[in-house]
Amino acid sequence: MKKEKRKIGAEEKFYVATQWQLMWRKFKKHKLAILGGTILVIFYVLGTFCEFFSTQDLYKQHLGYIHAPPQRIRFFHEEGFHLRPFVYGLKRRLDPRTLRRTYVEDKTKKYPIYFFVHGDKYKLWNLFPTDVHFFGVKEGTMFLFGTDKLGRDLFSRNLYAARISLSVSLIGVALSFVLGCILGGISGYFGGRVDMAIQRVIEFLICIPTIPLWMALSAALPKKWSPIKVYFGITIILSIVGWCGLARVVRGKLLELREEDFVMAAKIAGASELRIIVNHLLPSFLSYLIVSLTLSIPNMILGETSLSFLGLGIRAPAVSWGVLLQNAQNVRTVALHPWLLIPGLFVIITVLTFNFLGDGLRDAADPYK
Amino acid sequence: MLIYVMRRFLYMAVILLLLSVVAFIIIQLPPGDYVSAYIAELETMKGERMEEAEIIALRKAYGVDQPIYIQYFKWIRKLLRGDFGISLQWQRPVIDLIAERLPLTVMICALATVFTYAMGVPIGIYSAIRQYSAGDYFFTVVGFIGLAAPNFLLALILMFLFYKYLGLSVGGLFSTQYMNVPWSVGKFIDMVKHLPIPVIVIGTPGAAALIRTMRGCLLDELHKQYVITARAKGVAERTLLFKYPIRVAINPIVSTIGWTLPWLVSGGTITEIVLSLPTTGPLLFQALLKQDMELAGSIIMFLSFLTVIGTFISDILLALLDPRIRYERST
Repeated sequence: MKKEKRKIGAEEKFYVATQWQLMWRKFKKHKLAILGGTILVIFYVLGTFCEFFSTQDLYKQHLGYIHAPPQRIRFFHEEGFHLRPFVYGLKRRLDPRTLRRTYVEDKTKKYPIYFFVHGDKYKLWNLFPTDVHFFGVKEGTMFLFGTDKLGRDLFSRNLYAARISLSVSLIGVALSFVLGCILGGISGYFGGRVDMAIQRVIEFLICIPTIPLWMALSAALPKKWSPIKVYFGITIILSIVGWCGLARVVRGKLLELREEDFVMAAKIAGASELRIIVNHLLPSFLSYLIVSLTLSIPNMILGETSLSFLGLGIRAPAVSWGVLLQNAQNVRTVALHPWLLIPGLFVIITVLTFNFLGDGLRDAADPYK
Repeated sequence: MLIYVMRRFLYMAVILLLLSVVAFIIIQLPPGDYVSAYIAELETMKGERMEEAEIIALRKAYGVDQPIYIQYFKWIRKLLRGDFGISLQWQRPVIDLIAERLPLTVMICALATVFTYAMGVPIGIYSAIRQYSAGDYFFTVVGFIGLAAPNFLLALILMFLFYKYLGLSVGGLFSTQYMNVPWSVGKFIDMVKHLPIPVIVIGTPGAAALIRTMRGCLLDELHKQYVITARAKGVAERTLLFKYPIRVAINPIVSTIGWTLPWLVSGGTITEIVLSLPTTGPLLFQALLKQDMELAGSIIMFLSFLTVIGTFISDILLALLDPRIRYERST
């Protein structure tokens, strides 16, 4: 009896829930999307506070540790378990014949890892000077992802790169969102000749192969530009093509909704066109917009990474995942130092999680199905 | 039908014209013009400054002192006569450079298309029929990774694996001994050996996307009533599948075959650069780095022309095959 009552309660809740509550409920059922969302939140937090989470300065070179392999965080020592994790020191050997540097773990040297250690000085967001890092070692060195050919810590560099790679795509998507909404909105709402013209422009842009076009446009960015200018230049280039898909979604949905009774009612009531669009139409397809936004971010990330990898995108000294992957251009180097491919792993994970999140959102966008 | 083809043809012509405008803009993009670059080149080579009168004469000869739209029309007129200018970097006619490399690009793209469909359609059908089986999960994971990995990274990883475990250096399209010799049977066999990696790398993202679409479309069909009816009537499973739902589900996929082309060319460019194939991708890259814009603009124009023409042909073929498209689009 009691059980039945609770069941009815749940059912009633279903009927009185708002659309957004229903969506959230449906979204929660999509396990992969939740996982993806969580990973993305972690990545964005790491990227936003990369100075704090990185263990070292971005440009600090350790000349004794060139191409050093990643050091593993350990809990077990010869004597047994340690609650405080530590890393072993690295000992360098020079192969007398091939003159190649190799590194081995030096088990006599143990560097325990502490939280909130004082390390390299930095300014968080260029505003707050401090030297506290989230974790690190007090003495010795710790390279969790190894070092590059100049002996710079790749863990820290990957975090700094995350900031740029992740934000380029967000800003790019925001730009294409604005463009897509305006042009798609005009096209769908007014129809007729304007619609014709805008649709032809979109079809035209879609037939140009994107990467060659992006390459040409970014190669044309002046060499003298500062990293910040290049950054925004690249973002704009990426969104030149990015808005097309979004505009199509907006147009399609608008055409569908324009015929609905509530739009007619609003028109008869004397609402202005802007008011109809913003107050009545936009909320109805906002969820679809969010889905296609989420699904268009991966393309931006892949575009930025590809361009930077070729040396046409973000330029050193700024770092992005693509810039870091430039170190891995030579197969022989990669075979000797596989950890140079770690930024690629970040790219794959990010793109995957955006896809998962987008899938979950798409299912949730239509909660009545 | 004829009206449909004519209309499509006219439409294609307009797009090609617009593409030439884009190519022209790209050529004009970098600061300075062809003549100033040429003069700078000459001055560094000879080590002496040029006379003012000579510079003006040069500018006049190349027509850079005229307004931009006149320059554009002059450029187009030259194009129609087959004169695409001279590459600053190679000191050779642009058209020769492109002619050398374009056939290989076309071949690789064509093979990648075949690979995309040969992998995507059967695997998609399998995944839909055996939904939630181990194989379905396996292909879903592979598909997602194929979608998420940038082309060049896939190329790097494959090269790395081949190098590390098989000791093979897999870049390029020909072994060193065949690099600069004319075509022969040996050279052809050598090229065939080098082809799989670029084709796999370029085709994988497309195949991954295709698996997803094919699976989704077929699953939608499988839950429809006519399938249940057919089953209830005792139609053999295999006949049933291949005769009805698969045919319906495959239609949207085949009809968008033309849309995959820009994608393939785009991904192909970057893969070709990483694998250093003797195709247009690396040529474009080098041209852009050297600001050799006549060459770069022409390559982009050719690549887009090819995609547009490819799309046009596939549309016509589809209209021939499927009367529904013919009627829908000609009205």
